[in-house]
Amino acid sequence: MVKRYLLGNEAIAHACIEAGIDFASGYPGTPSSEVVDTLRAQKEREFYIEWSVNEKVAFENALAASWCGLRSMVTMKHVGLNVAADPLMTSAYTGAKGGFVVLSADDPYAHSSQNEQDTRRYAHFAKIPCMVPASVQEAHDMMKDAFALSEAVGLPVLYRPTTRICHSKGDVDLGDVSEEHRTGAFEKDPTQYVVVPAHTRVLHKRLNEKQPAVRKAVHALGYNTAEVRGKAAVVACGIAASYVREVLPADVSFMKIGCFPVDPAWMEEFVRAHETVLIVEEGAPIVEERLRQLSCGVKVFGQMDGIVPKEGEFSPAVVADAMVQAGILAASPVPAPAAPAAGLPPRPPILCAGCPHRSVFYAIKRAFPDGIYPSDIGCYTLGLQLGTVDTTICMGASVTVGSGIAHSGEERPVVATIGDSTFLHTGIQGLINAVYNNAEITLVILDNRITAMTGHQPNPCTGETAMGEATVPVSLEALCRACGVQFVETVDPYDFTATLQVLKEAKARPGVKVVIAKQACVITAKRAKVRRGRYVVDPEVCTACGACLRFGCPAIGRDENDKAVINELCNGCGVCADLCPTGAIGKEGRR
Amino acid sequence: MNSSFDVLIVGIGGQGTILASNIIGEACLIEETPIKGVETHGMAQRGGSVESHVRIGGEFGPLIVPGGADLMIALDLLEAVRYRHYLKKGARILVNDHTVVPTSVHTQGLEMPGRDALVADLADFDLTMVDAAGLATEAGNLIVQNVVMLGAAAPSFPLKPESLEEAVRRSVPPKTLDLNLRAFALGREAGLKKE
Repeated sequence: MVKRYLLGNEAIAHACIEAGIDFASGYPGTPSSEVVDTLRAQKEREFYIEWSVNEKVAFENALAASWCGLRSMVTMKHVGLNVAADPLMTSAYTGAKGGFVVLSADDPYAHSSQNEQDTRRYAHFAKIPCMVPASVQEAHDMMKDAFALSEAVGLPVLYRPTTRICHSKGDVDLGDVSEEHRTGAFEKDPTQYVVVPAHTRVLHKRLNEKQPAVRKAVHALGYNTAEVRGKAAVVACGIAASYVREVLPADVSFMKIGCFPVDPAWMEEFVRAHETVLIVEEGAPIVEERLRQLSCGVKVFGQMDGIVPKEGEFSPAVVADAMVQAGILAASPVPAPAAPAAGLPPRPPILCAGCPHRSVFYAIKRAFPDGIYPSDIGCYTLGLQLGTVDTTICMGASVTVGSGIAHSGEERPVVATIGDSTFLHTGIQGLINAVYNNAEITLVILDNRITAMTGHQPNPCTGETAMGEATVPVSLEALCRACGVQFVETVDPYDFTATLQVLKEAKARPGVKVVIAKQACVITAKRAKVRRGRYVVDPEVCTACGACLRFGCPAIGRDENDKAVINELCNGCGVCADLCPTGAIGKEGRR
Repeated sequence: MNSSFDVLIVGIGGQGTILASNIIGEACLIEETPIKGVETHGMAQRGGSVESHVRIGGEFGPLIVPGGADLMIALDLLEAVRYRHYLKKGARILVNDHTVVPTSVHTQGLEMPGRDALVADLADFDLTMVDAAGLATEAGNLIVQNVVMLGAAAPSFPLKPESLEEAVRRSVPPKTLDLNLRAFALGREAGLKKE
């Protein structure tokens, strides 16, 4: 055993290796991405690994591997599970053979997400077990047990960490790497794997019959614990359990739920031993709903009466406050916070200096000053700050929302933006639909050759697999033409003038137009040692007009005389030189 | 409440808060002290405001409550002020004497507080300003400002400076080891002077 200081996701990945994982697939999504990234960074690897085009594809790949007897895992974030929900529901019927773990990371407070849904609901919906770690060490230990549990009950196991598990760090005890590896073999059994109605009716009954054994197996793991110490109790799930323990008085009982489904008899016995019970869980009131059914006469506090927040993320302070309101603590032991400093200029995440997306957005604004701008999920959502992102719903929705608006009688031009990875994820279906139904939109594919936002995972545009092998990159041009798009043009966004020109041409044409703005992500380019040299401002020529500053590049600021100045962040894209009306900006050393 | 020594590292995405927290974590492993922490990831945080919580001796959750931090290391002066409410009264705070002007100042025409106003906002704390850029340049490269700041904070940690130094050895790329050790030593000197 060795102790290391690891990120939650790194500890989870190591547990997979300890469990002898054979197959891992996923689609990147914060906070889940580092699990597969850690696995693929292993120098010696005896398992298959892939970044798939979307979560449904990743799920079905891993499910098939499990059917072949392999220990498999699929990873995604909570909203990604919506995309994979279709196979998830039926996979509970077909069951798993090799241990099959579905990691879906939730994001309370939506640190980097479009909603705060609770993955535990899906486990209940699909009638499969769900594991919810409360600390980095537990995240590690539980993942190892998840594979064995899946094999023991013959079902997929949902594994639900949250942002503060995935991205927290701790000293973790690691076990030995497993030497055992399997070779998959598919055993034909249509009654199990072909869900025609006649088979499905049997499979559903069998799934229901499994439930008592599932509850028993889950309880036997020992992640659900209870200690009676007084007449008041706190029940907590996930990371909230860690916050509770930090502020819990010695005479208050504590129940911690780590795995679902919970044994109702066990829970009932605990609840009935108390006068007051407070339930603290981030997300949906799942434990609470169950507990209230069993609480007859006991005073129960939780989300449903407004004592515990129904949204956002908890902390020791939030938990202590709920305990005070429930009469469990006389006063909060957490210090009253000082007011944060007011009036500071915000520093939100921004597109990097030299990011090719910035230039495209700037050109879109010029070419379509009265445009409507549906956008999508990726770094480029930060185009919001440039005023060129009007809608963002979910992966792929820029194209569909765009065509919906265009078909609604809106006269203004619609310009949708989508990244390469997102386009391949679920954008392409929208494009097929838009072309076929004669929508009137311009689609700009922001093709930076990588899935940048989540940490630079390869996608089918990259030309390299997750294993690091060279492969055939998809041709976006050919793909769009095959969808029936007549106007498909590829531009280099660093050539601002040409980009603007092509966008204007697109504007003049009818139907669906696609402009592919192709330029490698500035970070990957930097890592690949592309050096473009820096740009500088000639203070003699600069009139302090501010045109370059409106571009919003973090490399451009003002000096003490209000003239533009380019700092060390400059990556040499040179677009500011194109934008400067007086020609004051040029490449360093050229003047 | 907590028995841990809580450190908040703040800065701008890309400045190296994660490496700094990794070094502290490694030092805790060396001293067999429990450690928990949490950090900002994802959503193109480069250029955004970032925070890293580190709880030395921590046995519970990774989050530091506002008003509970014992020490702050700020890689940017403006970010120090943004997160100061996390600190205990009179807590120790080490600040890089420099600020990167947020792009929002230029694009939205917001007012940027001057250096003196920002420093005045930190007057209630045990403040040490560090010329991290100057010391990093002296060490050999501007990019090691994070390790300079860590060195400056070293005397304030409940960890032996030797453990931190060994942790630097274990955490940085081998090619940059000498550079980082020089940065750590220069930072430590600067921190000690103000003790």
